[in-house]
Amino acid sequence: MKPRTHAVSVIAALLAAGVLAFAWALMAGEMPIGPGEVLAALAGDDGMAAGIVRELRLPRAVATFVCGGLLAMAGAVMQVLLRNPLADPYILGISGGAAVGALVAILLGAASLWVDALAFAGALTAMLLVFGLAHGDGSWTQTRLLLTGVIVAAGCGAAVTLMLALASDVRVQSMLFWLMGDASGAARPWPGLAVLVLGLLAVMPFARDLNVLARGELNARALGVEVRRLRMGLYVLASLLTATAVTLIGSVGFVGLIVPHLVRLALGNDQRTLIPAAALAGGALLTVADTAARTVIAPQQLPVGVLTALIGVPVFLFLLARHRR
Amino acid sequence: MSTAGSVMNETGPLLEADGLALQVGERWLCCAFSMSLKPGECLVLLGPNGAGKTTLLHTLAGLRVPSVGEVRIGGRPYAGWSATEAARFRGLLTQQQPDLFAASVLETVLIGRHPHLGRWGWETERDEAIARRALADVGLQGFENRDVLTLSGGERQRVAIAALLAQAPRLFLLDEPLNHLDLHHQIATLELFRRLVRGERGSPALEAPLSGAGAPGGRGGGRKSGAVLVLHDVNLAARYADHVILLDGRGGVIAGDRDSVMRAELLSQAFGHPLRRFESEGRIVFVPD
Repeated sequence: MKPRTHAVSVIAALLAAGVLAFAWALMAGEMPIGPGEVLAALAGDDGMAAGIVRELRLPRAVATFVCGGLLAMAGAVMQVLLRNPLADPYILGISGGAAVGALVAILLGAASLWVDALAFAGALTAMLLVFGLAHGDGSWTQTRLLLTGVIVAAGCGAAVTLMLALASDVRVQSMLFWLMGDASGAARPWPGLAVLVLGLLAVMPFARDLNVLARGELNARALGVEVRRLRMGLYVLASLLTATAVTLIGSVGFVGLIVPHLVRLALGNDQRTLIPAAALAGGALLTVADTAARTVIAPQQLPVGVLTALIGVPVFLFLLARHRR
Repeated sequence: MSTAGSVMNETGPLLEADGLALQVGERWLCCAFSMSLKPGECLVLLGPNGAGKTTLLHTLAGLRVPSVGEVRIGGRPYAGWSATEAARFRGLLTQQQPDLFAASVLETVLIGRHPHLGRWGWETERDEAIARRALADVGLQGFENRDVLTLSGGERQRVAIAALLAQAPRLFLLDEPLNHLDLHHQIATLELFRRLVRGERGSPALEAPLSGAGAPGGRGGGRKSGAVLVLHDVNLAARYADHVILLDGRGGVIAGDRDSVMRAELLSQAFGHPLRRFESEGRIVFVPD
């Protein structure tokens, strides 16, 4: 099979999965809405069903899709950059920084806009801290970056625990929801969508360079890849994608680690197909997980991070076991 | 596509080192020396462990800035080449082959085509034919769809050599190309590079048929190229080298043609072990005492 036609068919299938995930997310809920009404609502119809679709379900579906796509893409890039299959978007402490920012805002009883703003600021602070500290000898070695990231994340973890211990019961609940990933408050998904599209456009020209980099830095340099610039640009980009995702919904786990591996098992490790496929698959997975999270035991809502773990872990173990043969 | 080769003088030196000296930390690996490699020649780097052979090879590959002196390929210093342009002219076989993620053998060899493709380019049928021909050249035909993670050490080494052949440089820089190879493949690899260097056999990129399978037997000559090899086997070095650079690990360096460098007393001194030289059936053999 020609790799390109295979890639095109897989990406087409993932696009279809994304559309289906969106359809389910817009139709399902406490008040089921039929496909005809959903389409009418999207076309600009009035009425209560249309209001629910446009005001509540659509922003939430877009937010979860974007967040899943961002995390999966950042995870795929990080795994190659750090040459570590266990890397995920959070490995450099970005989610830890975001969590500290968000929890400070919740602790102070700030409005949701401030929670988002402080989460993003926290993520950027953690990113600058890690890159600054790891810079030390003038070069960013993977080990240094990883260790610095792990330590910064550990520090953030301690701060998060401290705030959970200090906060009142009501606040602790919204803190826990934020930490596990909560899409119910995602009212402003559109900037995130722009980040997802722009991020994908920025990574794709360098996808083959990443393939070469997966063969080691020395090989990559000998093959004409400007490794330093590529690494630096992509670290920053992946960090920004992660910060955006975490700000949007919170630290949803497993998507950034597992989706790239799932796609890799299905498609191989060609970043030119892996990265867009991971973005689509991550988006579809998180949208499905979130829709399930708010319908399975409705009216109560589950944190979407729990669902992604419950779906992701067995699927991943199954694929891994099957692949070994 | 590749303009670097045509611009360059066909018979001018492929690689020159001018007053080159290397320092790592406080230690001088080699004091200033000069050398030049013309098309059709093989240069072997010899020396004890830790003498700086790999560091020197990376410097010759332009991946390390020399402490003193200048390295030129195709008559131009590395600063005058873009990274991609340089990658079409010189190729490096690294000592370790890092395979972390599963990938097919064919995909891995196609990585060598990277400098020949544009930013948005995708490997063409021709690139694939080149990769298949390169695999055949290292005796790995039929391995195209195997996962590199399932290969033995020697097979992985040959995959890496095939990727270098697919890269089709004019200057081959080989860091211990015989690593993990059995005796048969050691000789086969050295013979392959000797024929490539002498232009008795075209590189896969020049000869790959545009469609279908080509007859492996009837291949004519190609352009002459050059090779620098880091070897540990003194006798294989004596058999395949035109020039030798001998590092003694204490900063001393002797560069010259094979017969002037590969003398028993110089080798004994550099390796710190007495060697005796014998001639048998026209071949020079060194035997450790």
